[in-house]
Amino acid sequence: MGKENPKVGKPDNTAFTQQRLPAWQPILSAGIVLPLFVVIGLTFIGIGIGLFITSRNVQEIELDYTGDQEGAPCAGCTNATTNCKCTLPFKIENKFEGPVFMYYGLTNYYQNYRKYGISRDDDQLYGNIDSLKSPANFCSPYQMGAKQMPIAPCGAIANSLFNDTFRLFYKVNKVYTEVLLDDNGISWWTDYNVKFRNPPEINGSLKNAFEGTVKPLNWPKPVYELSTNPNNNGFINQDFLVWMRIAALPNFRKLYRRISEGNWSRSLPAGNYSLEITYNYPVLSFQGKKKVVFSTVTWMGGKNNFLGIAYLVFGSLCIVMALIMLIVYAKYQVQIDRDM
Amino acid sequence: MSFFGLDCRRKKEKEEERHLRANDREFNLTFQYATNAIKTSKYNLFTFLPMNLFEQFQRIANAYFLFLLILQLIPEISSLSWFTTVVPLMLVLTATAAKDAIEDFNRHKSDSQVNNRQVKVLMDGQLKSEKWRNVQVGDIIKLENNQFVTADLLLLSSSEPLSLVYIETAELDGETNLKVKQSLTVSGDMGDDIEALAAFNGEVRCEPPNNRLDKFTGTLIFKEQKYSLDNDKILLRGCTLRNTEWCFGLVIFAGPETKLMQNCGKTTFKRTSIDRLMNVLVLWIFGFLALMCIILAIGNGIWEYQKGFYFQVFLPWPESVPNSAFSAFLTFWSYVIILNTVVPISLYVSVEIIRLGNSFYIDWDRKMYYPRSDTPAEARTTTLNEELGQIKYIFSDKTGTLTQNIMTFNMCSINGKSYGEVLDFAGQRMEITERTPKVDFSFNRLADPKFVFHDHSLVEAVKLEILEVHAFFRLLSLCHTVMPEEKKEGELLYQAQSPDEGALVTAARNFGFVFRSRTPESITVVEMGETKTYELLAILDFNNVRKRMSVIVRCPEGKLSLYCKGADTIIYERLHPACKTLKDVTTEHLDEFAGEGLRTLVLAYKDLEEGYFEDWRARHHTASTALEEREEKLDELYEEIEKNLQLLGATAIEDKLQDGVPQTIEQLAKADIKMWVLTGDKQETAVNIGYACNMLREEMNDVFIISANTAEDVREELRNARRKIKPETIEAEPIFEVKQPKNKSAVLPEDTVEGEYGLVINGHSLAYGLEKSMEVEFLRTACMCKTVICCRVTPLQKAQVVQLVKKYKKAITLAIGDGANDVSMIKAAHIGVGISGQEGMQAVLSSDFSFAQFRYLQRLLLVHGRWSYIRMCKFLNYFFYKNFTFTLVHFWYGFFCGFSAQTVYDEWYITLYNLVYTSLPVLGMSLFDQDVSDRWSLEYPKLYEPGQLNMYFSIGSFIKCLLHSIYSSLILFFIPYGAMYDTMRDDGKDLADYQSFALLAQTCLLIAVSIQLGLDTAYWTSVNQLFMWGSLAIYFAITLTMYSNGMYLIFTASFPFIGTARNSLNQPNVWLTILLTTILCVLPVVAYRFSRTELRPTINDKVRYKVSKSKHAPPPQATRARIRRTSSRRSGYAFSHAQGYGDLITSSRYLRKNMATFSPRSKTNAKQPGTVLKTYRAVKDTVVDKTL
Repeated sequence: MGKENPKVGKPDNTAFTQQRLPAWQPILSAGIVLPLFVVIGLTFIGIGIGLFITSRNVQEIELDYTGDQEGAPCAGCTNATTNCKCTLPFKIENKFEGPVFMYYGLTNYYQNYRKYGISRDDDQLYGNIDSLKSPANFCSPYQMGAKQMPIAPCGAIANSLFNDTFRLFYKVNKVYTEVLLDDNGISWWTDYNVKFRNPPEINGSLKNAFEGTVKPLNWPKPVYELSTNPNNNGFINQDFLVWMRIAALPNFRKLYRRISEGNWSRSLPAGNYSLEITYNYPVLSFQGKKKVVFSTVTWMGGKNNFLGIAYLVFGSLCIVMALIMLIVYAKYQVQIDRDM
Repeated sequence: MSFFGLDCRRKKEKEEERHLRANDREFNLTFQYATNAIKTSKYNLFTFLPMNLFEQFQRIANAYFLFLLILQLIPEISSLSWFTTVVPLMLVLTATAAKDAIEDFNRHKSDSQVNNRQVKVLMDGQLKSEKWRNVQVGDIIKLENNQFVTADLLLLSSSEPLSLVYIETAELDGETNLKVKQSLTVSGDMGDDIEALAAFNGEVRCEPPNNRLDKFTGTLIFKEQKYSLDNDKILLRGCTLRNTEWCFGLVIFAGPETKLMQNCGKTTFKRTSIDRLMNVLVLWIFGFLALMCIILAIGNGIWEYQKGFYFQVFLPWPESVPNSAFSAFLTFWSYVIILNTVVPISLYVSVEIIRLGNSFYIDWDRKMYYPRSDTPAEARTTTLNEELGQIKYIFSDKTGTLTQNIMTFNMCSINGKSYGEVLDFAGQRMEITERTPKVDFSFNRLADPKFVFHDHSLVEAVKLEILEVHAFFRLLSLCHTVMPEEKKEGELLYQAQSPDEGALVTAARNFGFVFRSRTPESITVVEMGETKTYELLAILDFNNVRKRMSVIVRCPEGKLSLYCKGADTIIYERLHPACKTLKDVTTEHLDEFAGEGLRTLVLAYKDLEEGYFEDWRARHHTASTALEEREEKLDELYEEIEKNLQLLGATAIEDKLQDGVPQTIEQLAKADIKMWVLTGDKQETAVNIGYACNMLREEMNDVFIISANTAEDVREELRNARRKIKPETIEAEPIFEVKQPKNKSAVLPEDTVEGEYGLVINGHSLAYGLEKSMEVEFLRTACMCKTVICCRVTPLQKAQVVQLVKKYKKAITLAIGDGANDVSMIKAAHIGVGISGQEGMQAVLSSDFSFAQFRYLQRLLLVHGRWSYIRMCKFLNYFFYKNFTFTLVHFWYGFFCGFSAQTVYDEWYITLYNLVYTSLPVLGMSLFDQDVSDRWSLEYPKLYEPGQLNMYFSIGSFIKCLLHSIYSSLILFFIPYGAMYDTMRDDGKDLADYQSFALLAQTCLLIAVSIQLGLDTAYWTSVNQLFMWGSLAIYFAITLTMYSNGMYLIFTASFPFIGTARNSLNQPNVWLTILLTTILCVLPVVAYRFSRTELRPTINDKVRYKVSKSKHAPPPQATRARIRRTSSRRSGYAFSHAQGYGDLITSSRYLRKNMATFSPRSKTNAKQPGTVLKTYRAVKDTVVDKTL
């Protein structure tokens, strides 16, 4: 072993090889842990109070229009065929400070079911011609329609597009004024501008672009007739985009409209309102519920008391833990000192 | 790892007998014997991929992932994209394949290097240079000095007289001394006559290839004569030719059929206890996985029945799913895929990396590097590191391991005056250190420069020509069986049978009595520069009963003297009564020497009268030629003449312990490691060393010596010992013994013993102790003793003892040794350590770790072992934690997504989580973490104990880790769930969508497990910081990249999460959720750890607390002064174990033989003594061999 070259076997003297790398060696001493708990506890309580108050300030009204109860306004529509209309009157006690958002909500609706969630073809929705004509297998059984024509947009998500529509009226002295609802800017910018693209128009017509495809089974009209507004039509229809962004949980809300036109954008005054519903969407078969929600937002979004309460509870727990540990420390620290 | 498993050329039928003819390739080819090319590599360019993959998929983890991959290809089941499994699997496979490829490439390289060595082959009547690979059975080849033997050869002739050759077998059995081989006369006569050799057509019939190195049987038929062949005529591949100019040999076995290659068969594969535990845990995890999947599948069945059936308006069941039960069945498999991360594929790879890293630390450690022999420590097995932190029993060899196998002449007592101590001016004894001035021997041209002595007064005494001092050294220079070797004028080398003798003769040499040369009849000594030749009349040799040896010489002046040295008790009986006073003084000195653990000899002499001696000599002659009772008669004669001796003095030789041995043993004892010494040495020497290195102590309650000769006596002695230590265990005994046969793997309970006891057992008794009926008895008694010394044990017994402890004690064992006789023990123990010392490399080659000095053992165990263990445990705990937490979130989510095998996270995140986001930080921790520094580890050996008790990673800690994961995953799922429920962005848009939720959950998870790792990390180097923050940064970088527009434009459907990061990470409530979730995951752990430290601090906590209080590292270990004590116990064994070979020296057999063959070819006379010496060495080896 290298006798001709002495010390050839001698290992290098570096901090790394000799395991002497300089290091910070924190230990969980009382001096760190106790203040840490107190600081975290106080911070949490602070945040909790802030969040709770913020959440309290959010105004929200939730209206269930499922019609599964006898005598409910929409009870008549549950068995009706398409375009059954029903009216839901409601009252706003305090003025909603604008901007106000209108959501529809579904419960017991498993958009997050895996087979449902994958039943789409992002390539097709991106306007890819090939995928338009031969959608991905994931879309099955909503891949091919009648006469083996490809469905556009294919898949279970698109097929189950929420198709109730709403009109909101403000009632002053028995006079109904329609509150204008803005369907613009309700989807994510990235969805509208990047993720979803219409196939290239042929001869300036979107309809021609979808030549050779059929509409999804449940849809009353094809995708290129979703809206009259060319910027809100086809795959980039914002209602469609919102629906395609599937919810994480079985109970969810989706943004339906912004109330941002004219005077309404400033506030929704207190008073009586009436919601005209075009009832299409069947949910009763699986015990689902349908709701409409009006809500204002704050910096932390919509109404959600959970976070504030959680912060308060855990912040308090931290303080309690700190106290307990302080007692433990005072009682046993002496012992360690003596032991050493 | 089989070397020949893939050898396609394997013969169809087993060879019964080998038949070959010299110089007849055609004839030999008909048998299809292997050629001399060897192949240790496994693959070639084309077979590599298929074969390597096949091998890799035999590992359960890889096979499991292949199975998953197949599951994923079934569209009904596939719940994850193929890449989530393929990417990690490919990475793991590639890493392993690369490692295998490099290893195999190196094997190819060494194969081709060996195969292409050149050797001279006799072909068509002339010598041609050939590559080794082309050598075939039946070829005659010529080897030259210092060449490796090409194949297994039958020695035909050599350059040396009597056709002897000398070979070194270091590569074969690790012994560096020379062995002698001799050819048949009939072939030896051919010499280097090429024509005769080319015409040689002898036929050999011999045994088929086998792996027995020490045996060979066969016959040579030449010129219609039959000659029998044995091992003495065979040169084995792997040996090296030494001191022989050339030799010719006939190839008998070649290449893979040589005995060397037949021997390097399978190496037993050692696994650590953590490995085994891990395998058990993986099975548990499979069970756990199955349980989760069953629960979720049942959930799915119910859900489909209650809800899914009605939800068919929007999501009809596929045709392949007729009912909810079948859906549940499919869901089961889908969840197997989703939850596969509980069985972590990267675990095995990471474990290997960590072990490799920790092995490198051992290789790199300068504190385990021995500068004198330029040997660094070496981790030869890289898979056992953490077990080094769990050792409970150490089995140690003595010679060469505890001791240096170097004897030094330390002190002596001459005529009642003691020499060897260094006194200062005040007359106080001084500690001898490196700086103590040494005696200058420059007056003596022939002095050995390596000899060190510190007491000047002895040189003065020699120079003053004090009669007794001269007689003393004259005796040492005459009375021995050492052979001198003088290669160059004045450069003397002594070949001594035992190192003790060598030390004594060397001492005499330095003090001016240089033993220069010997013939059978004379000894030449240079006395104070004046050459004198003594006539050697008789050697009264040493044996075990006599315990002394004498020589009778005639001085140049004509005076007859008998010089005798021997054990004190023996010599004292034979002293002249006039020596009484001297005897008393000398006894005092002897006690003093013994107290320091020195080995003593007493020297005496006597002048003989001419007449008496002639008479004695005549009787001696008759006795030595007597046919009956020769031994007894000789003994009687010896007894008669060794009487009325004049006492000269005593010598004290130190069997030098290696540096730091007692301290190391003390440290290891403090770490509660039990040390057993297993040695082939005599009981006395073993006990002596036991005392010298503090394993046995005077103040021990008792030291039991078991040396009975029958099974019953051994049992009785063992029981007596136990009765003394702990009487109550005797009664409990039968119960255990009755139970024992039923339950073979019964674990012996650990007995707590009051007081300290030692046990010494010799090989004979041990043989009984190891019998089935008594092994429990023996082990139980032995384990109650603090120290166990087994002496006179065979290599096999060493292994048996280790296996016995392994069998009945749930403990990790380590065996340490340096010689070939330790190999079995090293292989048997959980961990084998080889001392790369003087006795060759055999022990090192079969060891798992090797270093040069015993004292490095404490660093290996207490520092490296402990760190490795802690790191591995921390790693495993954390690794399971992070994967369970990761996976369990899916489980909870199952209850909210119709048990549909929906993943919580983005698929890319699932793919990269183990590989990229969390791999480096945990590796960083497991490569760099130290709870306390090495100094503190050594300062508090108690820190080692948790490892022995398996405290850091066990089933218990695994369950704890599982519970922790369940808690964390609950937090990680339900806090985001609550926070996102029905909420929206600050601009009213969607936030509770699946993708945002996934991003939130995965971010929370990653930050939470990172902080958890931070809590586990005790030692934050810059690398750790880099890995930790780097990984988090990489996570955000990759996430933002993957969710960017650009990626979506390029790979449309592959990254459907476009925009999610931008849209949700700019929301304050998302960050507030992340903060709350991660803090909640971690805080309880902080509280728990803090309280545990306060309430029940472990030794570890205490030391860390102390470290944090003290600003400085502990002082380096003081090299404690040698313990001095006076003792009446002494060991008089300055002789080797075997009967001496005085006979050999006086008989002129070798000389005469050599003379006979020498004369015709002699060139120089100087060659002759060399030959004698070599023969002498070889004979000496065989003598030593027999004693092993």
